[in-house]
Order: sequence, then structure tokens, then C-alpha cells
Amino acid sequence: MSAVWVWVENRGGEIIAVGKEAIGAARMVADELGEDLVGIVFGHNVAGIATAAFDLGCDEVIGCDDETLDKSRIEAVGPLLVAQIQEHEPAAFIIGGSTRGRDVAAWVAADLDLGVVTDAVALEVDGDVVKATRPVYAGKLLATAFTKGSTQIVTLRSRAFPQAESTGNSGSADWIDAVVDEDDIPTKVVGFEGKGNTVSLTDASIIVSGGRGVGGPEGFEPVRELAGVLGAAVGASRAAVDAGWIPYDHQVGQTGKTVSPDLYIANGISGAIQHQAGMRTSKIIVAINKDGEAPIFKLAHYGIVDDLFKVLPALTAEFKKRL
Amino acid sequence: MKVVVCTKQTPSTTAVFSVNNGAVSWEDSGGKPNVVNPWDEYAVEEAIRVKENHGASQAIALTMGTPDSQEALKTCLAMGCDEAILVSDPSFAGSDTLGTARILAAALEKIDGAKVVIFGKQAIDGDTGLTPVQVARKLGWTPVTYVSAIKEIKGHTITLERLLEDGKETVTTDLPVVISVVKEINEPRYPSFMGIRKANRATIPTWSAADLNISGGVGAGASQADWSHVYAIPAREGSVEIIEGDSVEEKVAALVDKLFEEKVI
Repeated sequence: MSAVWVWVENRGGEIIAVGKEAIGAARMVADELGEDLVGIVFGHNVAGIATAAFDLGCDEVIGCDDETLDKSRIEAVGPLLVAQIQEHEPAAFIIGGSTRGRDVAAWVAADLDLGVVTDAVALEVDGDVVKATRPVYAGKLLATAFTKGSTQIVTLRSRAFPQAESTGNSGSADWIDAVVDEDDIPTKVVGFEGKGNTVSLTDASIIVSGGRGVGGPEGFEPVRELAGVLGAAVGASRAAVDAGWIPYDHQVGQTGKTVSPDLYIANGISGAIQHQAGMRTSKIIVAINKDGEAPIFKLAHYGIVDDLFKVLPALTAEFKKRL
Repeated sequence: MKVVVCTKQTPSTTAVFSVNNGAVSWEDSGGKPNVVNPWDEYAVEEAIRVKENHGASQAIALTMGTPDSQEALKTCLAMGCDEAILVSDPSFAGSDTLGTARILAAALEKIDGAKVVIFGKQAIDGDTGLTPVQVARKLGWTPVTYVSAIKEIKGHTITLERLLEDGKETVTTDLPVVISVVKEINEPRYPSFMGIRKANRATIPTWSAADLNISGGVGAGASQADWSHVYAIPAREGSVEIIEGDSVEEKVAALVDKLFEEKVI
């Protein structure tokens, strides 16, 4: 057997949330297999990331610090990873399921003819095999999945695993050279427009969502106010997005975002199966709806059957008092 | 320059699933049980727009699937694709994303002049989102995923905007490319009456394994990923606790107590 690897996704000098979740999950897998955990740290000016990876529980770090890796372009990252995996043949490679992380998994698997299990929400080790539980058919069913190749590649759903915590561990990384020159990378990043400080839906620990029941664009005001007090992201059902009350960015569900916050507060959302597919893995679900028969109450842990335009301002006021 | 859109036939979003001894089946009481993968509708629309706005000579829809996937391809024709091709062979059954990528890559190599290949960001059945990058690797073309705008195609250069978790990234790259698109990219058109008539009359060619020069294994035997153990989501334990009270304030205070107890605030 050989080590377990984890993709330490980093941006702006920090390991991002899915990267920390991946380290936590991979540490568990490595311990179960009785193997070392190796953090893969690629980027530009990433010495601090390597230090942080050790601190979060990696036993070793393979790092590459190169300008070509700055924007996480897959054409720079992919070939370097492929070469390293061929050389070391890790038992498993755990990757946080961000947009960039999924590209990494797809590229490596294609070049090395390996399988990938995507979007794991739970992991277990059975002998030498890493088995992942993952939603399929847009979250309507679950599957237990595994891959057969020499390196088992798994991507993780955002927020499905707790982030690794500081262990006080330290070490020195094995720094390697990049394998692709800038001149050989056709893709150039010519612009970037960041989202600013708004909480992204997939990263949010609390989501306050509105559906058809909010009645119009102005109906999202009390939703936003509650979200503001809680530091939450604002979600929406497809009905509200299709009606043009709120941009598509906010849509939760089968053709929107899939989210797993600690707390999901559904306001005026009936709970169609397409919506449920996007939020059913939330830890605690609260439904606020006038209609006590709405399907959302079958999924919810707590419910208030009342007018959301009375409940929401009261909730906002109550949290303001207590937080 | 031709643009090819790769689509897949999937269960409808309103389909209700059941699992019997590991076999998955679905039905849709309100409509068609199988549809063009909803994410692919944006890809089909964008392919037609590449023809309309960026000078592609033809927009071609390509599907790998069972013979009944012709239905999904007819939708693509009805929306405005010039041609549709079905890639189908009993030996393809059970292919994983890698097998699928090998098959699609072989089919794309057979389409002379294809320079832009468009996928939806993922299919709503397997939900892996791996295939676009893997097809690009098998062809040796450039992959660009999660595209929210095709800004320009000029000579051999394409300018694209990608929607990532932290913002919008604009990239330029060289043709040929394989891209996957997100919902923000466009508003898919409805099939026109003329389009539907044309689609119903169209004969859709089927390419089998013998027609393609596939390199590497395909089908269930070559699959590197096993997700055969599929099951219904266990019902949530316990039922909803409806918070009662004489006033909204009372209900709200009781709910907030519960949320603090659950340690989710």
C-alpha cells in the first residue's frame, strides 16, 4: 500500500474551505488504511500553504511553487499531477468538489485511465477500498460507489465533511518543479471579477430561502433582513427565480445549487422534489409556510405554520436581541 | 468551422424513482419520463448561437445512448440544430465517464471541421460533470468548464467567461476547444412549429462501434467506477416538530430556543 493524497486547494494565500474539508476527510481515510497523508500544494507563493497543510494534519507535503500555477489553470496543474501520481502511485487521492477540483479529478483520471467517484457525502474504508456514499439522479437516490484502479480518486461535496483543525504538526515540504512552460499553455486568464463579500450559497453555514410564497421581488426583503442578522446566504426556489424576483445565482435545487448548510430556513417554499434534491442534506431544516400540508414539512425538522410576513420580521427581531 | 453539442437523454426533473433489487426505474405521471438533460438545453442553445453569431457553418447534435435517445436528438433538431447523430451500440452499455469520453472523442474525430464542442455542465442522472474534460483529454483539445459566456471567436482564438465559486474569470484560448456551459449563459429557445415538423421528418444516422475508431475499453467491463449499489434515501428519522404558540412572537421565541439547542446558530 501507499500513501493517501489530498488536494490542498488554495486561493489568495489561504486554504479554501473545501480544501480543509478534504484534508479532514483524507486524514480519516489515511488513518483507517494505516497510511501517511500527503498534501498536494500547488500555486504561486505557497510556502505558507504548505505550513498550514502540515498544521492541519498532513504527514508530508509535495509542493510546487510556480507562476504558471497561480490561477489554478488545469493545463498547468493537470500534467504535473499526472506525472507525480505515476511516480508515487498513491492509494487514494481525495479532492474537494469545487469547480476547479472537479476539473483536476477529470483530467488526472482521463490521462491515467482511472475511475472517479464524485460528490461524496460520506466515506468509509473497507479493506483497501475507499467506499463513498454519493447522491445520484439529482439527489433522489443514493449510491455506494468505489473505483477499481490503482489510485482511488474521490471528490467531496462541499460542506459534507468537517474542516480539519490545527494539530500543531509541522514539517518541510518536498518542493518539485513545474513541468509545463507558460508558452505551452494555450489558456490565458485575462480578467477576473470577484464576488466581493457576499456569502456564497455553497459555502454558507446558514441559508435563508424564499419561494413562491414571498409573492414578489419585494417579498425577498424580509428574507434578506433575516439573512443579514444571521450572516446567512439568501437562497430561492426555482419558482421565485423563474418569476424574475431574484437572480439565478440564488437558486437552490436540481437545476440550481446543491447546498448542505447547518441550518436551512425555507420561507414560502412548498418543497417540490426538485427543490428537495438541492437542500435535503442540510443539517437542520426549518419550514415557514401558511400551508401546513406543504411537502416541505415532511423534510423539515421544525415548522411554523403561519404568515411568513409576520414570522420573518419577528424572527429577525428575536435574533437581533439574542445575538 | 462546425460546432457540435453533446447531449444526453436523462430522466425528467419531475421523474419519481424506485429501486427494486438494485434496479433503478422511474416514471413521470405528468409528462415524458425521458428528456434532453436539462443542463444540455443551454448547450444546445449556445451551439445554435455560435452558428448564428460566430459564423459556424453547422450546429450538430451528438448523443451517445440507447436507440430511444433519438427522441432527445429530435428536440435538438426542433430547436434548430442542422444535424443530429446518435452513437449507439450494445457494447457501450454500462460505460463509465471514461468509456463515454473515448466513444464521444472517436465520434467527434469523425466529424470533419468540428472546432467547438459544447456540453452542459453535468447530466442530472450520474451528476459527475467529468465527461467534458475527459473528452477534451482524449482528443488532445483544450477544456474550459463552467462557461457563462462565449464573448468572441476570432480566427483561432476564443474568449470565454467562466462562472466559478469566487467570481467570473475571463480566459482566451486556442481552438479547438471542449467547453461545458452553465445556466447563466443563455435562455434556451422553444422549438418552433417548423422545427418540430422538420425534426419529425428527419432520419437520424446511428454510428455503431464498427463505425468508430475507439481507442481503449468501453462498456461495463471496462468501467473503472462502480456505483451499482443504488438505494432509496432513507426516510428522515422522526417527523417535523410544528412550533405552536398563542402569538407569532411566542412561536418565534420557541423556535429560536430550539435552534440554539441544536447549535446551528
